[in-house]
Amino acid sequence: MEGGAEGEHPREGGVNPMEWRRKHVLGLADFSTEEMEFVVDTARSMEEVLTRDIKKVPALRGKTVINLFFESSTRTRTSFEIAGKRLSADVVNFSSAASSVSKGETLLDTAKNIDAMKPSIIVLRHPASGAAHFLSRHVSCSVINAGDGSNEHPTQGLLDLYAILKVKKKVKGLKISIIGDILHSRVVRSNLHSLGRMGANLYLCGPSTLVPKEMSRGGVTVTNDIREAVRDADVVMMLRIQLERQKTAYFPSLREYSRKYGLNTEVFSLAKKDAVIMHPGPINRGVELSDELADSSQSIILNQVETGVAIRMALLYLLAGGYGASH
Amino acid sequence: MLLIKGGRVIDPESGRDETGSIVIADGKVKDFLPGGDAPRKFDGRVIEAGGKWVLPGLIDMHVHLRDPGYEWKEDIRSGTAAAAAGGFSSLVCMANTSPVNDHPEVTRYIREKAASQGTANVFPVAAVTRGMEGKEMTDFAELHEAGAIAFSDDGMPVRSSLVLRRALEYARAFDFLILEHAEDHELSEGGAANEGWTAHRLGIPGVPAAAEEIAIARDILLARQTEGRIHIQHISTKMGVDLLRMAKRAGLRVTGETAPHYFTLTDAAIEGYNTNAKMNPPLRGEEDRMAILEGIGDGTIDAIASDHAPHDEYTKRCEFVAASSGIIGLETALPLSMALLAGGKVSPARFVDLLSAGPARILGLKEKGSLRAGADADVTIVDPEAEWEFRESDVRSKSRNSPFFGWKMRGRAVAVLCRGRITHSLLKGVDPDA
Repeated sequence: MEGGAEGEHPREGGVNPMEWRRKHVLGLADFSTEEMEFVVDTARSMEEVLTRDIKKVPALRGKTVINLFFESSTRTRTSFEIAGKRLSADVVNFSSAASSVSKGETLLDTAKNIDAMKPSIIVLRHPASGAAHFLSRHVSCSVINAGDGSNEHPTQGLLDLYAILKVKKKVKGLKISIIGDILHSRVVRSNLHSLGRMGANLYLCGPSTLVPKEMSRGGVTVTNDIREAVRDADVVMMLRIQLERQKTAYFPSLREYSRKYGLNTEVFSLAKKDAVIMHPGPINRGVELSDELADSSQSIILNQVETGVAIRMALLYLLAGGYGASH
Repeated sequence: MLLIKGGRVIDPESGRDETGSIVIADGKVKDFLPGGDAPRKFDGRVIEAGGKWVLPGLIDMHVHLRDPGYEWKEDIRSGTAAAAAGGFSSLVCMANTSPVNDHPEVTRYIREKAASQGTANVFPVAAVTRGMEGKEMTDFAELHEAGAIAFSDDGMPVRSSLVLRRALEYARAFDFLILEHAEDHELSEGGAANEGWTAHRLGIPGVPAAAEEIAIARDILLARQTEGRIHIQHISTKMGVDLLRMAKRAGLRVTGETAPHYFTLTDAAIEGYNTNAKMNPPLRGEEDRMAILEGIGDGTIDAIASDHAPHDEYTKRCEFVAASSGIIGLETALPLSMALLAGGKVSPARFVDLLSAGPARILGLKEKGSLRAGADADVTIVDPEAEWEFRESDVRSKSRNSPFFGWKMRGRAVAVLCRGRITHSLLKGVDPDA
């Protein structure tokens, strides 16, 4: 038995009835603020499904979603898989850890093969920046970017926006500091749009080798002083130190990194009383974030994971035509 | 006998910019007849050049012909056809073929194939080191005898300062020229676009300007140390121009070229992960572009060369970081360079210097780059007013990697002569020689 007593579609009370014409979600760079708000509103109605006893609606019955992952990922892939299954889509996981950016043709050939199997949506995770843009030009189905190199991770950007809205009710005017490896972070590049363009007062902080000075523009403040970043912040988002992306050392040691750029209770006490801690995961406990803060009441890290499913449900639903079909 | 009649003859090498006719016989320039009235009766072919520019044949001193080894990207026949169509009567081809042009047999192969199948003079550049591995010097003198006119490990610049020092020092005795692709590979490794806001925003690993500038500075210092001759290829940054200017003020025997894309485009062209805007060195910022224009205007930059780098479609139809670097340029270098004239910083004579007389001077091609009596009858006839669109379907090269398709161009080569032979013609009644 599929579908709850409430019918085929999640309720859409309060959803901005704007037209959804987007075929792909490649990045937030070309999302309008209205569009981002619309996705969050849709996610809100999706969450209602998640409160039901049977957490499943038949909205995407007969649609196929392929998770095409060229990088290892557990949480994002699982999140998309659960999102797809709760909408009754057939979700197929295709992982190819062996692929590398040096084999450019592999992506195109694999994608064309998969496209020939007529999925509705490909969810792509790939180590090359721009891979989702590239793919979208060569397949007939929709493409959702689940992280492309250091470029964007748009669903993370939207779920961060939603998670903050849930606790803070607004984004505009908040001091939001993102601390860590800014240079290689696709999360930051999406958050520049989801949080930055929504009016947050964004601070980017980390060692100078990992924070490009060019990023200090459009109201974004770049600092190498974690205290300046955390002082009076409403939100402190810690990033994973991505040792796997670093060919040469960007800082002397994890020990020194942790001393200068790790968030501990002493530094966090500079933030506003009601400040919250975020992290896109996975956490290196004791490196960028102390154990006690990670598990503290001010951490909304698990809320991020929860909103992630709702945001991904919303996007799958919107891209697969669920919205159009119900109107 | 052949007469190019009544054109505007622009030949900076002989200080000439006036209406006149050029008489050609036996593959050489025979005579210049001033004024519009050439002999009524002329015993030979006549090319009417009224309203056209008549220039010493253009020389592209930086071309990758991909032959031998990568003939599916380009070969000597298609590459020289593209050269002729683009207005070039001569080209200089780089050594990064397969096998590498580090042996006289390869040099001879290129020369012979060009002589039998080519529609342009082809001057091979041999590698500085065997296999372009940066370790042992090639046999400079023997390669020179086989037809190599200069030496370069283009694309894989000599990493070791010691090896380059020895090469410059050794080459000095023969007055050989070394061409350097200036790049500190350690600094540029992994990079795919100019390090700057655009690359940071797109999440593309950057190539810092310093990767090029450090290598330029090193090359200049080694030229000073050894009193050797070095030519810096495809300069793309502001500081690169400044360094060359400084070297020239110091009286060093250093010259430099840039490519049309460096004064035409900026790294904004990579937007949307456009792999046809990926080159090495990468397209830089607006400040760099302006500095290149200034360097061209004040004479710091000696030559414009296309860095014609054909690549098959599949090495460009992929993720940006994985894509090959480089674009085809033989068929767009002339109009893109002519756009400099509109800016007023470049006169027609300077334009000819950048694309013909300059390269001939740098390379020591004494019979080229001029229309004086006795020079080779290499002539490029340009319609400076011609307006046309660069279309993919018109490309003569085997490869299609260009960011300039659909561009409206002004100025076009309407005929090209290579040692008296017509290799390209868009003129009515003037057919290319078979």
